[in-house]
Amino acid sequence: MYQYDAIDHQLIRQRVAQFRDQTRRYLDGEITDQEFLPLRLQNGLYIQRLAPMLRIAVPYGMLSSAQLHRLAHITRTYDKGYAHVTTRQNLQLNWPNLEDVPDILAELAEVQMHAIQTSGNCIRNVTSDQFAGIAPDEIEDPRPWCEIVRQWSTFHPEFAFLPRKFKIAISGSDQDRAAIQVHDIGLQLVKNTEGETGFVVYVGGGLGRTPIIGSVIRDFLPWQHLLTYLEAILRVYNRFGRRDNKFKARIKIIVKAWTPEVFAERVEDEWQHLKDSPSTLTLEEVERTKQFFTLPAYKDFDAAEADRQLAVAQADNLAFTRWLQRNVMPHRVPGYAAVTLSLKPTGVAPGDVTADQLDAIAVLADKYSFGEVRATHSQNIVMADVEKARLLELWQEAKPLGFATPNIGTLTDMICCPGGDYCSLANAKSIPVAEAIQRRFDDLDYLYDLGDLTLNISGCMNACGHHHVGNIGILGVDKKGEEFYQIQLGGSSDRDSRLGSVLGPSFDQDDVPDVVEQLLSVYVDNRRGDEQFSDTFSRIGLDPFKERVYAKAH
Amino acid sequence: MPKLIKGDRIIDNDWQFIPADFSDELPQGKLLVPLARWLESRDAPGEGRELAPWIDSDDDVEAVAEEILGAPLIAVNFPMFTDGRGFSTARLLRERYRYRGELRAVGYVIQDQLFYLKRCGFDAFDLREGTNLEAALGSLQTFTVTYQAATDNPQPLFRNR
Repeated sequence: MYQYDAIDHQLIRQRVAQFRDQTRRYLDGEITDQEFLPLRLQNGLYIQRLAPMLRIAVPYGMLSSAQLHRLAHITRTYDKGYAHVTTRQNLQLNWPNLEDVPDILAELAEVQMHAIQTSGNCIRNVTSDQFAGIAPDEIEDPRPWCEIVRQWSTFHPEFAFLPRKFKIAISGSDQDRAAIQVHDIGLQLVKNTEGETGFVVYVGGGLGRTPIIGSVIRDFLPWQHLLTYLEAILRVYNRFGRRDNKFKARIKIIVKAWTPEVFAERVEDEWQHLKDSPSTLTLEEVERTKQFFTLPAYKDFDAAEADRQLAVAQADNLAFTRWLQRNVMPHRVPGYAAVTLSLKPTGVAPGDVTADQLDAIAVLADKYSFGEVRATHSQNIVMADVEKARLLELWQEAKPLGFATPNIGTLTDMICCPGGDYCSLANAKSIPVAEAIQRRFDDLDYLYDLGDLTLNISGCMNACGHHHVGNIGILGVDKKGEEFYQIQLGGSSDRDSRLGSVLGPSFDQDDVPDVVEQLLSVYVDNRRGDEQFSDTFSRIGLDPFKERVYAKAH
Repeated sequence: MPKLIKGDRIIDNDWQFIPADFSDELPQGKLLVPLARWLESRDAPGEGRELAPWIDSDDDVEAVAEEILGAPLIAVNFPMFTDGRGFSTARLLRERYRYRGELRAVGYVIQDQLFYLKRCGFDAFDLREGTNLEAALGSLQTFTVTYQAATDNPQPLFRNR
């Protein structure tokens, strides 16, 4: 992964000093609440329902074991001994004291971490595919490009006070695992017919109140022009994005209002002035960045022999076999696999990890996966480079630590925001709903029979739980002070991203598991062969689901 | 006399800011007037007056750039410090239109924006009332390194790394 040089270190130390001074001036009354707000947000610091919340940046999800140990230490020393993995691959602390935040940032800086631009109306942490660099279907590793964009966007002087937040995601694979079409800018790495690297540029996607799938404004942007083109998009948005209404201020609103074609023209006009400026990327810089993402020292394995041994290990071991099926993913190097540590056991808020678990992940990473892991946008942890011959050993170690729930990609591997238990924006709680669903569907045979299925829960329309793009999406709504849950069906965030459709009137919290069960029964009754939930939904539409759920309810 | 930061020094601010809704007869002296008013009156400012334009955050700088380049100074107004359009306005004036005169940030501008303002080409900073200017000067030097190109340094870090 990327390693700081003296310059990166210097910058981050200066940031700590800056925020220490800002915090002191705020506490001394020299900075007003209104002025401190964007300053603290650009350091990931929210004032939440119960305490401040600090969002720590995990650039495109990459974490080293040293960083994990430091995070464990920070949660023990400054918080309540746990952290939360977010849907943008970041980490959140729910209980820090404002006065301690400069010290926390100083601790983070020592392990090449920070909280820069993890919130606020600026360019946020760049996200990517948790299987970057190892996925068999990868066209090119997106991480060097993520790092280049990270550096470009860090303290960008022109774009620190945008109309609204701005999220960029980059995917290097054919199968989009970074949900790039629901980002302000989504970049898909591609090769042209000459074999040259470039990007398909999507703009104006996003969830929130007005969910929209992004539009392609450029089919092939040669890699050299990445930064100048991004700069052109951001400048057009900064100048012309709406600032009169917070809820209409995302780039998607102006792209829609102007039409993607007109927006693309405006960007093109702006870009003509910026193209070929010194910000044009050089081969040297790309090579310099790529050298941080080289392959680890893989051993030579006979793939067939590795698979044979694995088959022996599986014999009569149903639990291990289930884990292999759900939590282990293919790797491009023979004899290796990627392992997802599930942070979704029943009874734990999805994405929560304790300090002891953070330390344990670090130990596992050192032992099995070259000392690195990735946080995923579905709120789990991936160990990317595990020898197949050691999977059994890893599984046995992961089980007592609570990481081996064999549910990745199934109904109970749900994406869920912190909701009304923590968040001051939320209309409704989301964690108890997730837990009720997990308790209802604890039969693994049934879960496996249902197959790949995403269930996403947001506690309000800001959609941090990505409910619009879940096969089943659950949204907490407030009606006259009472919490209800609206259900959407048919969403998807993969290559053919699609927004879900609202099923109908919302439900009481207690009814949600029953309703989900009814929805699943419609799928099971109607599926053909090995059709997945989303395929069946595409074929039969919303009505059969609606009929069964509301016929029974009324 | 009110003060402002020019370059890295604190100096007297001898330009008076005339708001958009000012309808009385203009006073004498050095006046920062709204862009439209400046375009109207620049050739006949009147006895004892010197005029310079201030551009608001929703003014289209591209439409008037060629006309304002000769102004004695150009001010860019920040109606709110969170309204970041002025940063783009400044870079356009400096980088696209090659404006070399004084570029002044006025309105609701805060100390913690100084570094970014400077990077975008501002060289004069009329910070919000009540700012301790001596203390604020330090914020011009918050960072000694930067990753990306801007007006102050057209070379991104990667070209010298």
